[in-house]
Amino acid sequence: MANTYVLISSQVLASSAASVTFSSIPATYTDLVLRCSARMDPAGAFANLYIRFNSDTATNYSDAYLSTGNGTTGNSGRDTSATLGYLGLTDANSATANTFGNFELYIPNYTASANKPYSSITSLENNTATQGYANAAIAGLWRNTAAITSITMTSDASQSFVQYSTFYLYGISNA
Amino acid sequence: MTAGATYEKIATTTLGSAASSITFSSIAASWTDLRLVLGNLVVASGTPSLQLQFNGDTAANYSNTYLAGSGTAAVSGSGTGQAQINSSFALNATTPIAIFVDAFSYSGATYKTVLINEAGDLNGSGYVTARVGLWRSTAAITSITIKNSLAVNYNTGTTATLYGIKAA
Repeated sequence: MANTYVLISSQVLASSAASVTFSSIPATYTDLVLRCSARMDPAGAFANLYIRFNSDTATNYSDAYLSTGNGTTGNSGRDTSATLGYLGLTDANSATANTFGNFELYIPNYTASANKPYSSITSLENNTATQGYANAAIAGLWRNTAAITSITMTSDASQSFVQYSTFYLYGISNA
Repeated sequence: MTAGATYEKIATTTLGSAASSITFSSIAASWTDLRLVLGNLVVASGTPSLQLQFNGDTAANYSNTYLAGSGTAAVSGSGTGQAQINSSFALNATTPIAIFVDAFSYSGATYKTVLINEAGDLNGSGYVTARVGLWRSTAAITSITIKNSLAVNYNTGTTATLYGIKAA
């Protein structure tokens, strides 16, 4: 039986980078999984993390999210007709040293001629009440029927991923 | 089997014609866990909720508890003594949603717990949920049926793939 869970590409940052892109993603697989460990460099404990498909900067992204926020209450929100897909929070400059937010993004049927729903689970924990901790489940939607051929991880401002952030893109095949 | 392969496709169904249910049967006990990926669920009409049954069991052996984000509030709820695991949130006829089901130790001689993640954003409405389901049966899971509360058809092209994850 064929191996169905295959590493397509990975990036481990040797220095800071404003964004990370996986391009020329083949249509060989059925689903995509992106697993990341990331920290960014703005002031504050947290930074917003975003995704963009196929360099699409139009208002084709939306999401609903569920978060534990500061660890005492749950909350939910949404973004509609946005120019980036929201993936939740990751650690930033004033977070506990050496802590990185982790997340897994799952995109089923990424070559289908239909809008693309996706799921993201994000978690970060800093062992401090003042900086808080958070995790989030996100339902995202990219309203575009094109096959996904590139994925860019970025911020909504001039922020960068720090050294040692890691990004692994896997393909899952049901053939 | 490819040496070292621990994540394998067991079966996949792509609907060539609309159908109100999809069943994976004769699931072998060869793996440790199961993952079901429902990648682009769209129904013909209405706003039904997804339902799951195991081994054709229609008795009141199912329950579930969920934590959900509606886009405005975090909510939680549960259902007990039900004839299937019920998702309380709606499918629709226009925008595909994705649902992922992880069944842990599906062939063990204990009750079966499943974790369900539903990604149903609709650009201004919709939801995200984390749901735990329980099937109170000590039988190994050998079949999974995907239905919906209105028994309406899933559209042509709907895909469902069952993967096996092996620990040894």
